[in-house]
Order: sequence, then structure tokens, then C-alpha cells
Amino acid sequence: MCPAAGDTLSYLDYNASTPVLAEVASAVSAAIGRYGNPSSVHAAGRRARAAVEEAREAVAAMAKARPQDVIFTSGATESNALALRGLAHKGALASAVEHPSILAHNPEVIAVDGDGVIDLAALELILQQRKAPMLVALMFANNETGVLQPITQAVEVARKYGALVHCDAVQAPGKVALDMRAMGVDSLALSAHKFGGLKGAGALVLRPGLDLTPDTLGGGQERRRRAGTENVTGIVGFGAAAVAVPRLLAEAARIAGLRATLETGLRAAAPNARIYAETWPRLPNTTCLALPGVASETQLMRLDLAGIAVSAGSACSSGKIAPSHVLLAMGVAPDEAKSAIRVSLGWENGEKDVSRFLAAWQPLASSAAA
Amino acid sequence: MAAPNSMGFAKPPEATRIVVAMSGGVDSSVVAALLKSQGYDVVGLTMQLYDHGAMTAKSKTCCAGQDIYDARRVADMIGFPHYVVDYETTFKADVMDRFADGYIHGETPVPCVLCNQTVKFRDLLKAAKDLGADALATGHYVQRIAAPGGAELHCAADPDRDQSYFLFTTTHAQLDFVRFPLGGMNKSETRALATKFGLHIAAKPDSQDICFVPTGDYAAVIKKLRPEAARGGEIVHVDGRVLGKHDGIIHFTVGQRRGLGIGGEADPLYVVRIEPEAARVIVGAKETLLRDAFALHGVNWLGAGNTPPSDGAQVRVKLRNTHAPIAATVFGAGEGAAKVALAAPEAAVTPGQACVFYEGNRVLGGGWIARDTAPAQLPHNLRRQAVATR
Repeated sequence: MCPAAGDTLSYLDYNASTPVLAEVASAVSAAIGRYGNPSSVHAAGRRARAAVEEAREAVAAMAKARPQDVIFTSGATESNALALRGLAHKGALASAVEHPSILAHNPEVIAVDGDGVIDLAALELILQQRKAPMLVALMFANNETGVLQPITQAVEVARKYGALVHCDAVQAPGKVALDMRAMGVDSLALSAHKFGGLKGAGALVLRPGLDLTPDTLGGGQERRRRAGTENVTGIVGFGAAAVAVPRLLAEAARIAGLRATLETGLRAAAPNARIYAETWPRLPNTTCLALPGVASETQLMRLDLAGIAVSAGSACSSGKIAPSHVLLAMGVAPDEAKSAIRVSLGWENGEKDVSRFLAAWQPLASSAAA
Repeated sequence: MAAPNSMGFAKPPEATRIVVAMSGGVDSSVVAALLKSQGYDVVGLTMQLYDHGAMTAKSKTCCAGQDIYDARRVADMIGFPHYVVDYETTFKADVMDRFADGYIHGETPVPCVLCNQTVKFRDLLKAAKDLGADALATGHYVQRIAAPGGAELHCAADPDRDQSYFLFTTTHAQLDFVRFPLGGMNKSETRALATKFGLHIAAKPDSQDICFVPTGDYAAVIKKLRPEAARGGEIVHVDGRVLGKHDGIIHFTVGQRRGLGIGGEADPLYVVRIEPEAARVIVGAKETLLRDAFALHGVNWLGAGNTPPSDGAQVRVKLRNTHAPIAATVFGAGEGAAKVALAAPEAAVTPGQACVFYEGNRVLGGGWIARDTAPAQLPHNLRRQAVATR
């Protein structure tokens, strides 16, 4: 049976998007009334601009950066595009497990190991061979497996060859500590809806003093680095979510405990199930697992019909699921990759969600074993 | 025990999960909306069969066609879960490649039958079972009639809409699990229901021709799948005279008259036979087309017993979807094979097409028309050596 109206949904797909935080919703409601154009000189415009600037300060504080280095965008895809088009004048390198919004710019791809971690020796070798200073794109944490990349080590390597480092950090806020200065990266991509904000708001944060060639041209917004009237409500929600990050981080240990329960249950239910990068440092909320013999789409449909939301691979707009390029880059066989799903937990989840998942998933595991 | 519900299950509709095969067209959308309105636990599945952008040569279009969006909109609006299942690999192997190979072997295939036989009633049916469904419903215009000896397949109530020709491969086991809620309706009733349910696709035109040949240029699709298919050859009269040249047998169908590009003959010429090995198209006067017996392979038998009786069963047969059934006798001839004797000679016995058996309105199965093996009028030196039935 379909979950009837009122029946609760177990939402275990926080890496795709998260519930909107209460303080975000109330800040956004208030901002809807600030209808002025932030570029206008009158009082209505100033009120809107003040809201945008307040959010800019909150986002900068959250990322440990300066407010004037925060460029608001429509989301991480645009932020990544802005970095690759605006900073990578001599070409770009990227790990094989980057998000499609990086790989779509055709960077030279750096291999990863079986856990999906960038091969730093391969990175260094390519940088040595290139005479020109490149841009290296390396994500903070992988959205599918949760694997954390050795950012500071990659930055050290890049510095030796005068290369810049762009970090897609959409999965970090609220899950792990984020400190742009300590990381030493040159630019950072963020997205509000991955930690309680609204869809349609993101940022590219720059290292102080770094120049960027704008991509969207027109008005002088965002210090002439991104033209277009600001998405005031989205930006205000982004700021409110940034303020809430310490509270979300305080949940991380509890969520890690839930994941441990989940993974113990998975192993007990299906000894042949594979949990990827299990022993490498990962985001505390993410489990990527394969159940050989049961297609990802079958698992997704069965779980959805039981009221449980998870995801798999990268869905085309048709809904067709292609095997994950992340798992393939890690050397996973295509057939196994086609049986992988991702569970990503968050602050509204509790023990009941994990047991509900395991109860619905167990029959699939038994059918695979049969 | 409760009386069976409209889908034939002795339980309330809410406790009966029906997976609806949704193409994004009017018919299957109405099936889903109708069953949902009757209270069933409806789950919509749409098959992703081929890369739409690649087939229409627009590289920038998405992999999904408009039909998937339409199916999803209907599901969202009516309010039931809907998923897309990816059968691109199997559709290519089981339908598109076999379609191309049929033409290459001098046949005129019916890909819709192959699709029903493989991706729809094998793979989608399994997906429905995996989702815990009690039945799989489709928008086909045929009737499934429960009978003491098991479910029977019958023509649609509306002969203009009848799709039984395309479902002759349906087995007893499949019939047990599938439902055809539109079999008793005509198209205007279906359209009226679509309007009543407020479906945005209520006025959407019926799909035409073959879904993966959107432009109608099937030869171009075959050449893309099998580049070696564009092999020219001779057009030869049944009396042995070479009349001209052609640029590939895939452009010809047995019974075809137009487009031969030959003049100066007293009588109109028809394609009588296609010889793939020699890339030869054999043409002749209309009477050389007439056949009163032919062989079938891939036979599915829905009558009494597991195969057509070896001493023959009196049936009526359809040799094309659009033809009226004609009297014939079908003889079982071993595993999956049969022979058909027509009561009167016919000029439309086209290899690769289906020969579907009927007893009144009931479908008794059918088979694939095999290539002619012993042409009488052909001089000895033009006869084929040996032809394996595919």
C-alpha cells in the first residue's frame, strides 16, 4: 500500500536536499515583505540590501571567509561554473569523482583509488608536466559516498606549481567543520538547500584578493562579479541556515550513531552487501551500499512504496538511473554499481527511521540471496 | 469470501496493487486514472526504451521523450506513485536489432509484437511482480475473459481499435497476470473518460507507426543499426530476366507494387520474394504472389492442448493487422512450428509478419510467417540452396 496522507515519510536523502529549517522559514517569510530591489537607492531598496548583506556576513562567518569575498549565485552548479570559467584561464584538473557540474567543463581528470580518494601523486605528476598554472577542482566530501578528500594535502601540492584550488563544499556545512582559511583553497562552492536553506541560493566564496572573470554580465551586482538582481528571499534563508550550522553540527555525533546502527543492520541482513569506503573518513551521515543482484531502481521503488526516500546514482530527467560515475571511477564493476543506493541521514531522523529502512530493505536482501 | 473486485481479486480495491504500464498516451493514462478512481492501489511504470534525442538526431534533446513527462504529469495530477524503468538495453537487443535483422533477412517485421512479447510482458511484468503487484494493467484494446479453463484472450469490443494481432504471443501465464480495462470500450469512450478525469493529454493524438522510427524513415534507422544493410543488388523477374538494380533489400516488402522504378512491362509488377543472400528482389505479376500454404515459427498456441493439433484445427487467420480474418487450417509441426493451409489463395503472405489465429472473437495464438522455401515459378538456377527457418 502507498503511505496514506498523514503517514510519516522517512526521509533519508539529506545529501540531495534537506528539510527547510524553522528559522529559515520565518526569516524567508519576513524577507518576502522586503520587496525592494537591493540596487535601488530608496528605503525599500535599502531594506532589501541590508537583508542581503546581513546574510552575506553570516555565510562568510560560517565558511571562515570575508563577507566581501562571498558571491551569491543560484546554487552550486552556477558557483562551480563561475569558478571553472572565471578562474581556470590556463585549464582545469578535477578528480574523477567530482559532481557533473564540474566534469561537464571537460577538465583533465585525476584518478581516484578504490575508496574514491584522489591520487595525489597523479595530481603532482600532471601539474609537473603542465607549464601553465592550472585550476584544480577537488570536492570537500563526495555526495554519493561521503568520502572526505585530502584537501590540505592537495593544496600543498598545487601551491608548489602555482595552481589554484577550487573546492566544491556543498556537502560540508552542518555535517563537518568547514574552515576555508585553514583549508587554504582559493574558492569554495556552497548551496543553501543542502543544510536547511532554500533551493536556488548558493555562493562562490573567494580567497581574499583573488580576481575572477565574471560570466553573467549586466548590472554591477555582487561587486561586478555576478550580474542580476539578487534572490533576496533565497539569500536571506541561506544566511539563516548559516547561523544554524553550529546547532546542526551538534547533531553530527548522534547522526553518526544512527548510521552505525544502520550499517550494522545492513551487514546482518545481507552479508553480500557492500558498503563503500567504509574505513576511510566519511561524512557522518552518508552510506553508499550495493546489494548485488537487485537493481538500484527496484530498491528505490520498493523503498518509496514503503514510505522511505533514498537515492541512487545520478538520475537523468527521465528518471532513468545510470550507474554512478563515482563508483565506476572507484573501479566498481558496472553490474555492481547498478545495484547501489545512497542513504543520507539528517537532523530529523531517529532510530525509528533506521529500523523502518531495515525492515523494508531486508526482504530485498533476502530476494537477492534466494 | 468477498465477491471479486473489478480486477478479479477477492479483496477490496485498496488492498489490490495494480501496476499500470503507462506510455504517456491517452489510453494507458485513462487506465491508471480509472483504476485509481475505483480505489485501487495504483503504481504507474513508464518504460524508457530508447534515447529519444539520438533517434530524432537532435543531440541536445534529453534522453526522455515528451511521453515520459506526460505520464508523470498524469500520475502527479491523479495522485499515485510513478516510476521510470530503464529498458534501453533490452529494447535494443530484443526489438530494434531484431527489427533491423528481419529486414536484412528479407522479412517485414512487426516490432510492436516483439516489444509486447519481451520488454512489456516479460520485463515489465517481472518489475510489477517485484513491486508486489497483483496484476499488470495496460491500455491495449483487447479483452481478457475469465473462463473455467483459465483466462482467454478475445478481440476488443470495438473492431476498429482491436489490437489482438499485436498480442498473439501472450502466454497463459502472462494472461493470468495482465488486465486490459479498455477492451470493452471504444476510443470515444476512452477520450470522454480522459476529459472527465481532467487529463491534460485528453486530446493527444494516437501514436502512429513504430515508436523508435518517429520520422517514418525505417530504412534510415536500419542503416544506423546495421550499416552493412545498405547493400545494392538486382531486381529480377520470376522468369529470370534482370530488370534493374536496387540500393538495398531493406527498402522492399513482399506484395509491394510502388517504388520499383521499372517500366515497360505489360502487367504491373509486385515484389514476390526477397533473397537476402544474393541481395535480389524477385518481382512478378500479381498472380505469382498467390500462396495457399506457408510455414510458421515462434508459434504460441492458446487453444486446447499445448500446440496446434497435428491433424489440424479449423481457424480464421489474420496475415496483417489491417486484414479481415480468412478461413484456414493450422497444423502443429513440432516445437514452436506450424503449417497453415488457407481455404483460398492470398496475395499478402509476407515473411516476418504475424499470422494470428482466431476462433470467432477469441484469439488462439499465432506465429511468424517463415520465408518461402520452394518457389515453383523460379528457374532452378535462381532457387535458393537451403533456407534455415529463423
